[in-house]
Amino acid sequence: MRVGLFIPCYVDQFYPDVAKASLELLEKYNVEVDYPLSQTCCGQPMANSGYERYGKESADLFMKNFGHFDYIVAPSGSCTLHVKDHVLPKDDKTPQIYELCEFLTDVLKVKDIVSSFPHKVGFHSSCHGLRGLRLAKCSERMDPEFNKPLSLLNKVKGIEMVELDRKDECCGFGGTFAVAEEAVSITMGNDRIADHQKNGVEVLTGADMSCLMHLQGLLTRQKSPIKVMHIAEILNGNPVK
Amino acid sequence: MSSKAAILAAIQKNKPSETPLPALLNFPDQPDLVEKYQKGLSGNGGKLIEAGSLEQVQQHISENFAEDQLIASLVDGIKGNVDVQQISDPHDLEHVELAILKGELGVAENGAIWMPEENVVHRVLPFIAQHLIIILKENTLLTNMHQAYDQVNVSAPGYGVFIAGPSKTADIEQSLVIGAHGPRSLTVFLLK
Amino acid sequence: MKGHTHAQAAEEFIKDDARTHWHDETLWHVRQKRDLSAQGIPEWETLRDTASAAKNYVLSHLGELLEQFESNALANGVEVLWAKDAKEHNDHVYRILQENKVANIVKSKSILTEECGLNHYLEDKGYEVVDTDLGERIIQFAKQAPSHIVLPAIHLKKQDIGEIFHKHIGTQEGASDPKYLTEAARQHLRKKFIEANAAITGVNFGIAETGGFVVCTNEGNADMGTHLADIHIACMGIEKLIPRAADLGVFLRLLARSATGQSITNYSSHFHRPAQGKKMYIILVDNGRTEQLGREDFKNSLKCIRCGACMNTCPIYRRSGGYSYNSTVPGPIGSILSPGKDLKKYSTLPFASTLCGSCSDVCPVKINIHEQLYKWRQVITENTDVDASKKLAMKVAGVTFGKPVLYDLAGKMARTALRITPDSLVYSSINVWGKHRDLPQVPKESFKEWYKKNRKS
Repeated sequence: MRVGLFIPCYVDQFYPDVAKASLELLEKYNVEVDYPLSQTCCGQPMANSGYERYGKESADLFMKNFGHFDYIVAPSGSCTLHVKDHVLPKDDKTPQIYELCEFLTDVLKVKDIVSSFPHKVGFHSSCHGLRGLRLAKCSERMDPEFNKPLSLLNKVKGIEMVELDRKDECCGFGGTFAVAEEAVSITMGNDRIADHQKNGVEVLTGADMSCLMHLQGLLTRQKSPIKVMHIAEILNGNPVK
Repeated sequence: MSSKAAILAAIQKNKPSETPLPALLNFPDQPDLVEKYQKGLSGNGGKLIEAGSLEQVQQHISENFAEDQLIASLVDGIKGNVDVQQISDPHDLEHVELAILKGELGVAENGAIWMPEENVVHRVLPFIAQHLIIILKENTLLTNMHQAYDQVNVSAPGYGVFIAGPSKTADIEQSLVIGAHGPRSLTVFLLK
Repeated sequence: MKGHTHAQAAEEFIKDDARTHWHDETLWHVRQKRDLSAQGIPEWETLRDTASAAKNYVLSHLGELLEQFESNALANGVEVLWAKDAKEHNDHVYRILQENKVANIVKSKSILTEECGLNHYLEDKGYEVVDTDLGERIIQFAKQAPSHIVLPAIHLKKQDIGEIFHKHIGTQEGASDPKYLTEAARQHLRKKFIEANAAITGVNFGIAETGGFVVCTNEGNADMGTHLADIHIACMGIEKLIPRAADLGVFLRLLARSATGQSITNYSSHFHRPAQGKKMYIILVDNGRTEQLGREDFKNSLKCIRCGACMNTCPIYRRSGGYSYNSTVPGPIGSILSPGKDLKKYSTLPFASTLCGSCSDVCPVKINIHEQLYKWRQVITENTDVDASKKLAMKVAGVTFGKPVLYDLAGKMARTALRITPDSLVYSSINVWGKHRDLPQVPKESFKEWYKKNRKS
């Protein structure tokens, strides 16, 4: 099994600990992971802004870096979805790209998570992972319940998952939306935070660092005690920062 | 070119590739239709009374309406004082307090009752009356709307309506108010 | 709101924080009622699949179904008129009113007549058009447009409505009890129903197989109007067809549940022939629909049955209000319909979304709304004069991300710059991100740099 680790550009630059946790976590399950050094960005920021056409070079580069793997794994639902929908050739069987959590549940089929995290944790369900990759059943659809990231978190020792009032509402990040529609974006973010606060969350987690960056930005500005961690860090057994 | 021709030509030019007509849906009969019907109807603001006989309906009317109020009955065995068949202008129904009509069939999932034109005579009657009573036979209850459309020929009457409750609105701050323009109440008497 | 972008209009709306949250909570409550209602239907997803397939069939057989509909309606004694655009639609209505010497008109809810600007058109000709849906009557008094296609006055509080009614129909000053106000409207509108010579309605579903059409209301206003007046004019977009009467089983199960969570509207009226001595007209309106049909990526927006569920679920709509879209149909569905009518005017609407996808999953006919928003964005940046600096930034980003050396360098420079620049500069007014949000703590080392040292050596 040839597995390539794709670390989204902003995670590489701003959240190296998340990338390290993702790598270490995969290594714990004896996955031989390769991280191609020439990787940059999947092109999503341009595409979602209406400039898909400027993302051609990064898409070509992505294929050059990752085309030969069986699996590509990325600690981001959003980037994974973009690669799946707009970068990988539709007809080819390989490579297949997986978001980290679904790689653990669907490919590695992990039974145990060796991690202890005795905290009250709120899970932010990022939209692209939820409704794009179907990492869990969203509240709009009437299918049987399932939730891949939560099934992993529930295996962590001592963790207390907190129920939110609105379990899968968007946080208002949305890439350039966060700046172009700043007023709505901030209101949405604050509303999400209020839900976590109200329900006693100590650590807010999720599978997309971009949404978490937005929420963390609001939390630190407001000097909130709520900490923000990527799900890979919790699953890898990292302590609260 | 006429507008019709122009529109049809534009459609022809822009026609998407063909997709098939889906098969009609069918779902199994549900048990406890009376209970489900009651839930469906009350969910839309109507009230269900299981009646042993028409006398019970008549008694209900005598208890709740005065003799000097205008009552239009299109149900044999229930007394009224407005002869709907003799009225030619529906505006003359303006002051009807209560209309009593016969329903064709009831749908358990939502309380809806099929009312073809012949059951109401004047189309406006079930709307203009201040209160509405519908008599429904228990053995006409169906599980869902698919079954209802399977039984009803909607184009046989010039007009027909599914009535599922009284006239209502929630246009002011989403607070439910019964009695918008039409009946302030709907009572369905279910007969064996 | 002319000339404003969605973002500017939204910012205005949000300034009233309490009202914004009230608006959000009210619509979220409607969304929750929808969820609860759908949860009671085990075959919900099958219904959505089937409704979607039926509408796809309609779009791919639209010409023949329209002709079938027309010939059946004609045989039923209904007059059928065709209108290429809004003007022709309005002209038809006017001519019918003239021919029949109509003095008083009542109208029940119809988004199509809003789209065509029928009220203004008729008012200019000296007619008074009385909207009879309570929500529509409220905003008609207030000289506003609907802010939501199902809940037209959802942006108003009961106190606002109390004031409007006090001014227009003489309710007590300061009275705001919904029951009291609704009763006052009932008395006021009963008179209008009794006096009306013509009733205008929209159409929820036109049945090709029978030539009839269905109108759904809770208030019963469409029926009060049409059955008392001598003339019934039904205005219908050509995409409102369904193939068979039996398809109504699917659509009526979905429509009200998706819209408000009710199991069905209290009145689902099926019109096939005019009552004795009366006249019935159907106006079939194109007004840009055939053009949209030809746009492969956007044609299936025409499947919409106007339930409004995408508005109730949209986290942006809930927090920016219907008027921020400045479009007859607001919200997610409006944002994919309107650019087809005027790309420039509505160019900011497809960007008023995080592409969260909730709209597509809530849609009873499975329109891929968020994917179409994405596709409109691509069209808009190529065909309108969008912000040149943004375009350049995107081009530069494209080049940077295409070249690993450039990317590594730019990343390092950015991190260094952020680390050494004083906060006062980082959080200056040009940094929109930083108005209310901190930037992440900048690490000394990127993951790639760490990896090279720790794994590749």
